[in-house]
Amino acid sequence: MDRIYFDHAATTPVSRKVLDKMMPYFSDVFGNAHSQHGFGRQAIKGVDEARSQVAKAIGCLPNEVYFTGSGTEANNWAVKGAALAKKAKGKHIITSQIEHPSVLNNCKWLEKQGYEVTYLPVDSEGFVIVDELKKAIREDTILVSIMLANNEVGSIQPYKQINEVIKQYKGCLYHVDAVQAIGAIKVDVKDIGCDLLTLSGHKFYGPKGVGALYIRNGLKIEKLIIAGAQERSMRGGTTNTPAVVGIGQAIEDAVANMDEYSTHCQTLRDRFINRVENEIPMVKLNGPRANRLPNNANFSFDFIEGEGILFRLDLAGIAVSSGSACSSGSLEPSHVLQAMGVDIVLCHGSIRFSFGSANTIEQVDYAVEKLKEIVKFLREMSPLFNLNEGESKNV
Amino acid sequence: MSNGYNEKVIEVFSNPKNVGKIDNADGVGTVGNATCGDIMKIYLKIKNNIIVDAKFQTFGCAAAIATSSTATEMIIGKTVDEAERLTNADVVENLGGLPAQKMHCSVLAEEAIREAIKDYRAKQK
Ligand SMILES: Cc1ncc(COP(=O)(O)O)c(C=O)c1O
Ligand code: FES
Repeated sequence: MDRIYFDHAATTPVSRKVLDKMMPYFSDVFGNAHSQHGFGRQAIKGVDEARSQVAKAIGCLPNEVYFTGSGTEANNWAVKGAALAKKAKGKHIITSQIEHPSVLNNCKWLEKQGYEVTYLPVDSEGFVIVDELKKAIREDTILVSIMLANNEVGSIQPYKQINEVIKQYKGCLYHVDAVQAIGAIKVDVKDIGCDLLTLSGHKFYGPKGVGALYIRNGLKIEKLIIAGAQERSMRGGTTNTPAVVGIGQAIEDAVANMDEYSTHCQTLRDRFINRVENEIPMVKLNGPRANRLPNNANFSFDFIEGEGILFRLDLAGIAVSSGSACSSGSLEPSHVLQAMGVDIVLCHGSIRFSFGSANTIEQVDYAVEKLKEIVKFLREMSPLFNLNEGESKNV
Repeated sequence: MSNGYNEKVIEVFSNPKNVGKIDNADGVGTVGNATCGDIMKIYLKIKNNIIVDAKFQTFGCAAAIATSSTATEMIIGKTVDEAERLTNADVVENLGGLPAQKMHCSVLAEEAIREAIKDYRAKQK
């Protein structure tokens, strides 16, 4: 069996169509999109088209789309830019305990600058508790930043209810990190009701190192990358034309194929979840069963450590992630699972499987068989498991 | 694999030796890791002051598995006193190094061996 990639929440390959679209912009159409001559005009045409593609995909106007160097940069910009722009009104920010580090750690940074941040708790399935938002929000709250869908457990947040609460507080901005949601579920800024929204190209078969921030027309936030006139003077740096052209094509395709893509992923995902739950004892599905990204499964395996599972799957040619790729260098078990109240031992044994376009039923079945062997092997090695021998006879 | 582990560590992790438990062990040591919360259990079979068999079980990461496999191999055939002097640095050296953030994992095996020897000595009295 060829190598199997079940880590699409970490990144996706650039699609053939997107790659073909990008290629000329590396060296034929190499002009600086800000130059005044024909070379520049050729490049800016590609950038303009991409801006329209992104705008159409998320239901906004092209001049509300700003390209950035990553989803991380867009989140940095949204959080810091909003906080700085609104500081005369107040210094209170609300976010959730399960955000991506690019939101969480910016909030922590802002706390050091004298802002006050409320980190909303989530329920056991990974949904922000809207009543807690109601309790936390106040007249001097300037920003609520809550992701659309969580990258580790796939929980799709109750964005409509969240917006209902925020709407009551005039001048409070609503930022949504939609990085994981594009192509999997409908993302429409009007429907969500947000003022700011973050995207990242490499999560939907576009290139890495390019993202976009939607900034509602009429809203002014502070700049993050300060330089010249690029991105209507809002984000400095020579535009990465091939990447921008790539994210434009990728999002157009992602939205056009969304129904088919999400059905495909969900079929694989549901088969995987069913088989694992039926064939491997003592497993726990982390995250919800409804309102979950169609391509995400996350399991904890009792009595064993995630790293052992991850490496053994890797040796078998199957790529998955434990917790999130960004935090795998740290020893702390996933902050998302901890916020959901998952037992700390089970947090250690959690693995995320995220499916994508090239995956097949055969791959899912093969992975389940491998996983069964690996879990059995590692459990036999586990002192915790052996303490539980009473209930483990038939494993 | 871009996980920072060298090939030897991956090889040992993939085919660990001395996994399991020893029934009627002469010494058993269980320790928890203060840094990450992981757990290690070592069993020793000792005859005439020589370690004739050693086995381990762990709820730990790949580094914990590789270091315990190597540590148990290193003490089999040694006297109890020699085994007690084995340090995590010896084990890491034998494995050709560990990523910095994984050094603490190697302490588990060393400590569990010492605990098992303590248990053995207590039983001798
Ligand atoms: C929810 C979420 N937000 C933000 C990011 C950051 O995006 P990027 O990798 O483009 O910096 C990621 C992925 O890494 C993510 O999953
Ligand atoms: S991280 Fe706990 S033993 Fe390695």
